[in-house]
Amino acid sequence: MATSATIHSHAGPQGFIRKYIFSLDHKVIGLQYYFLALVAVFVGMFLSLLMRIHMVWPTAVLPLVGAIAPETYLQLLTMHGTIMVFFVLTTAPQSGFGNYFLPIQIGAPDMAFPVLNMLSFWTTFVAFVTLLAAFFVAGGAPLHGWTGYAPLSALTNSGPGEQMGADLWITSIALFCIASLMGALNFITTTLDLRAKGMTMMRLPLTVWSWFITAILGLLAFGVLLSAGILLLLDRNLGTSFYVPLVVVNGQVMGHKGGSPLLWQHLFWFFGHPEVYIAIVPGMGVASQILSTFSRKPIFGYKAMVYALMAIGFLGFMVWGHHMFMSGMSPYTAFSFSLMTMAIGVPSAIKTFNWLGTIYGGRVRFEAPMLYAVGFVSLFVSGGLSGPFLAQPVLDIPLHDTAFVVGHFHLIMGVAAIFGMFAGTYYWFPKMFGRMMNETWARIHFVITLVGTYCIFMPMHYLGMAGQPRRYSQFTELAYLQHLLPLNRFITYAAIITVLAQFIFLFNLIHSMFWGAKASDNPWESTTLEWTTATPPPHDNFGGHTPVVNHGPYEYSVPGAPRDYIMQTDPATVASH
Amino acid sequence: MATFSPPISIDVPKTGQGGGGTRPPAVGGGGDGRGDGSPDYGARLRRVRLGLAIGLTSITMIFVSLTSAYVVRRGLPTLDERTNSYVRDWIPVDLPIWLLLVNTALLMASSITVELARRQITRQAALAPVRSIPGVSLGEEKGFPWLAVTAVLGGGFLTGQWMAWRELADRGFYLATSASSSFVYLLTATHGVHLAGGILVLLYAATVSLLHRPVEARRIVVDVTAWYWHFMFLLWLYIFGLLWFMR
Repeated sequence: MATSATIHSHAGPQGFIRKYIFSLDHKVIGLQYYFLALVAVFVGMFLSLLMRIHMVWPTAVLPLVGAIAPETYLQLLTMHGTIMVFFVLTTAPQSGFGNYFLPIQIGAPDMAFPVLNMLSFWTTFVAFVTLLAAFFVAGGAPLHGWTGYAPLSALTNSGPGEQMGADLWITSIALFCIASLMGALNFITTTLDLRAKGMTMMRLPLTVWSWFITAILGLLAFGVLLSAGILLLLDRNLGTSFYVPLVVVNGQVMGHKGGSPLLWQHLFWFFGHPEVYIAIVPGMGVASQILSTFSRKPIFGYKAMVYALMAIGFLGFMVWGHHMFMSGMSPYTAFSFSLMTMAIGVPSAIKTFNWLGTIYGGRVRFEAPMLYAVGFVSLFVSGGLSGPFLAQPVLDIPLHDTAFVVGHFHLIMGVAAIFGMFAGTYYWFPKMFGRMMNETWARIHFVITLVGTYCIFMPMHYLGMAGQPRRYSQFTELAYLQHLLPLNRFITYAAIITVLAQFIFLFNLIHSMFWGAKASDNPWESTTLEWTTATPPPHDNFGGHTPVVNHGPYEYSVPGAPRDYIMQTDPATVASH
Repeated sequence: MATFSPPISIDVPKTGQGGGGTRPPAVGGGGDGRGDGSPDYGARLRRVRLGLAIGLTSITMIFVSLTSAYVVRRGLPTLDERTNSYVRDWIPVDLPIWLLLVNTALLMASSITVELARRQITRQAALAPVRSIPGVSLGEEKGFPWLAVTAVLGGGFLTGQWMAWRELADRGFYLATSASSSFVYLLTATHGVHLAGGILVLLYAATVSLLHRPVEARRIVVDVTAWYWHFMFLLWLYIFGLLWFMR
């Protein structure tokens, strides 16, 4: 990293190991999380590409995996989902960007508990290695999907990969839960206790609000998954019957009796639904920040944005049953879950309209971060609109196990969240590495990725309505799906092109890190605290002094001000409004 | 360790008579790697207490989910393959109630002793600035090793829990015997693991007091451990109540 810091800073730790490996500096830890997620996303993407190719050419012999047997397909599916949900969507937006920028944006020199922060990263790292190890044990990776439904996941002889592989999977998830709980504790304490003078809660950037709300969701959700996972481990290895009823596997009566597979589903989805908000909420924060900055306008309805985030977080804990309409629950229960789910449409719509209101009438600068932020809003709307469909039990029952659901959740919690990450990367790259990313490559990458993801996931809605099931390894021989084969091929072509385009991003990222144009301290003319400090920030973030905040986070184009933006640390008298 | 208090440096430590402000002079017995910024113990205590409260929230969620699993599993009808009808397979566990009551008394006693340790060190920390004024003597305070007593009582509780498990096994209730016995072992073991963590921190706190760290820093460790310990006591009362009254 270039040391262009001119402000005197007190000495950070010396030596490679203390500085970059077992670092206590939240900025280094943030980058560690980011690069862990970057590795994970390419692994996960490679797995999805194998699945897409197998779907349309089921007999093809593929690199590294050979011909794909049905159980191999389920293993790819499980590992793709688990890697993407936990080690990409939960890791990069919250732990990566949040770690790097939450302390700086509130004017703190570090996280509240730096040692805990380091432990949290390294626990996540061990969890990732543990998960990948499942590929290399006898039987291979598990095949119970990222949702790990019992009794498939709770028996050791229910299929290949359900032996050692499944134990490694549960262990990995449990470690990840512990790491996330430590991270959430740190985020909440830091936000509540380490804000600079003048940084009231209602002056927090919306990014900080989104990390804060996400941390609360994680704090309440991951403990539940942890205990659910422990019960699963006991069922698998110590003969208890929490989830497993009396079952016969391959003609052999298992020793379990009286357990309930639905118990797992309830515990899992009580975690699982907040988890999808853990993935998307930080993206909302980044989009708000960028839309305001690049429209040169204050965010439309700051308080409404904050309350909408809180409402989404709160309602997120009330709706887990909408993943279980198929489980034979009472229609009254299903009805209340359905109502609560549709209620989430209200705060989501508030956010969407406020984003549009922010852009409306602004002097919009369409630079790379802005493109991705607009892309985020687009995908959030496209993916979100199919939510109210699936929230109806009567529609969910036919659509539940079809490609419709795959299209829905990939658009909203997959690609929208990924666009939030891209937006954050392009926006904060100058601050993190002191250089600019290449704008031309960024635009090419944006166009291919936006068009590509729409080409991949929009047709899946039609496939689903036409009855194409999800999780099936092979359906090309099914007569009633023959006419869908060309569309499936189209999706696979789009996927190949989109995956290839991600190497443009990777190249741009690495190349710009070393050879990009030098960035100034505030290249986007943004207002929040990270842009008041040196680039890259010194070890204690503000070079020995503590910032004092006099302004809200999004004071753009204030009448009477000398510039079209007022930094949060500018003197209070710079403009009266 | 990176600083996590605003690094306001005191350039000239005042040592003369009457030079003391409200801030206690940094009692550093030689450079032990502490930051040069004056440690604001009040803010640090508040922050660690806040962190503890948030951490206890997540522990609460773990037990909330286990409780809901307990309640659901207890009321679940299961298919009996012999009669082909739905029955309840929940067997009430024959808990060694007297042993568990003794354990409860041990844990309650340890909660009292850890509170005494907390109050003792709070007083010491409050008096530290006065004590550091040259020429002022408050007399030697005889410190009773409340932390060590607490750790011993905590160890006694865990030993008692171990004996309770042995007793359960003797009565024929193993982990996989019935869902009810699974939950008894699971809930007590999860609580035991958390309590064992508390004992480790107690031992750390006791060790720290030997390392000549400033009393204000030690006070923070002891203070949050004490609150954690009280929480563990209440949690045990809850678990015991759940296992006994919802057999």
